[in-house]
Amino acid sequence: MTYRWNFASVFDNWQALAMGLAGTLKLSIVCLILGLSLGLLVGFGRRARRAPIRWLSTAFVEFFRNTPVLIQILWFYFALPMIAPIEVSPFLAAVLGITLNAAAYSSEIYRGGIQSIEPGQTEAARAIGMSGLQTLRRIVIPQAVRRILPALTNRGIEIVKTSTLASVVAYVELMQQGKLIASLNFNPIEAYTVVGVMFMLLLYPFVRATYAIERRLARSD
Amino acid sequence: MKVPVLRLSGLGKRFGSNTIFSGVDLDVLPGDRIAILGASGSGKSTLLRCINFLEHPDEGRIEVGGQLIGHVTGPNGPAVVRYDERELNQLRQRIGMVFQQFNLFPHMTAIANVMEGLVTVRRLAKPEARSKALEQLSRVGLADKADAYPAHLSGGQKQRVAIARALAMEPEILLFDEPTSSLDPALVGEVLGVIEALANEGRTMLLVTHEIGFAYHMATRVVFIANGGIYESGTPDEVLKSPKRALTQQFVADHRRFQF
Ligand SMILES: Nc1ncnc2c1ncn2[C@@H]1O[C@H](COP(=O)(O)OP(=O)(O)OP(=O)(O)O)[C@@H](O)[C@H]1O
Ligand SMILES: [Mg+2]
Repeated sequence: MTYRWNFASVFDNWQALAMGLAGTLKLSIVCLILGLSLGLLVGFGRRARRAPIRWLSTAFVEFFRNTPVLIQILWFYFALPMIAPIEVSPFLAAVLGITLNAAAYSSEIYRGGIQSIEPGQTEAARAIGMSGLQTLRRIVIPQAVRRILPALTNRGIEIVKTSTLASVVAYVELMQQGKLIASLNFNPIEAYTVVGVMFMLLLYPFVRATYAIERRLARSD
Repeated sequence: MKVPVLRLSGLGKRFGSNTIFSGVDLDVLPGDRIAILGASGSGKSTLLRCINFLEHPDEGRIEVGGQLIGHVTGPNGPAVVRYDERELNQLRQRIGMVFQQFNLFPHMTAIANVMEGLVTVRRLAKPEARSKALEQLSRVGLADKADAYPAHLSGGQKQRVAIARALAMEPEILLFDEPTSSLDPALVGEVLGVIEALANEGRTMLLVTHEIGFAYHMATRVVFIANGGIYESGTPDEVLKSPKRALTQQFVADHRRFQF
């Protein structure tokens, strides 16, 4: 018995897929920006001089790193409105879950990157009169970014793929639309294959771009 | 009488319960070249680092150009000097520091290293900073390496760029912390040559070094650190040719053993 692949039934629903793609892009971009910036803050928080900031940052990281994103999204969607007087849309629930998780993971990457810069670099910068902030901006962060770019790329890819979990609260993104098409046409294999390939096509150019940046930054070696 | 460019009085530094030095008094007059000698771990680097506040001293005062750095607090109880970050950033521009490990910024070319302070701290326009930086690089003989990244420079060249970077800020005092200790012996000469040229210009400098011969020839004064403070000081002849105290004699003897 051979399986008869029927991709036509998927492509007939290209409008649904296009909507899903738009939803995936929107969610991914918001989570990438928020997650990776919040991660930088938390990363610095873990090295803060004030102990309460360090504890809070560590607690944040350990909490969000060690709970499943799926559960966080469900929790933000169903439980948060019960304890706080706010309406939580599927989009917001997904953004919260994915962003906080991404921040927890990426903060560890940033922290490692910043810690890996020799103290002599900071000292040399301070010795010519640079302020702490100038030293971070001009000396520490540019060097740290070079070192953590590959790890950060991985994290970025992970964030985009994690966006599929938003389908659990019926947010319209690629996975959700794949599910929809599959249930209407009884073609789950084809539908999910197409969704998978679409992710590949979405992510590969992004990865190539980061390779190009890595090469550019490596000029000083 | 000349005002000291730098005056340390009763300076002390501890790490935890470990007192590195205490009660250090030192007057540095314009044009003084002070060689700081001492055994490994005696606190030479720490003393130098306190002068530009990479470490904050725990006690005593530092005056630069006749002005006390920081402000004294605590009318009741012992007087404590508090330091203000902004003041320290200003101060560090007036004190150049050259490190044993060079500490060049590896993501910047040689000239960008030298320009960094001028652009980021002094806020000079790029073209102006560039020409000033090029001037400093020429002075250390590296104008042709302006666009090279540190990874492509020899140790001696790196240290000369680091010196140019310090000079670009036009400091009143230069601090050298074992500037040749991590260099191949063959490269020591080019760096000492640059320092000697600066000495001949009459620059004020403090130099921590194990090159005792160089210290003898270029220093106006030698300070020997031991037992948590200045143990013996005087002219190079006094301290290095006829040291009076036991540890100094021992140190000089050890360092001269294999000279010819
Ligand atoms: N940040 C620090 N925390 C704790 N102890 C320190 C610190 N920096 C230096 N020390 C200690 O202070 C002492 C003096 O160190 P320092 O580096 O000033 O000595 P040094 O005379 O420069 O030695 P060397 O000739 O090896 O460079 C050493 O015992 C060192 O272990
Ligand atoms: Mg030292």
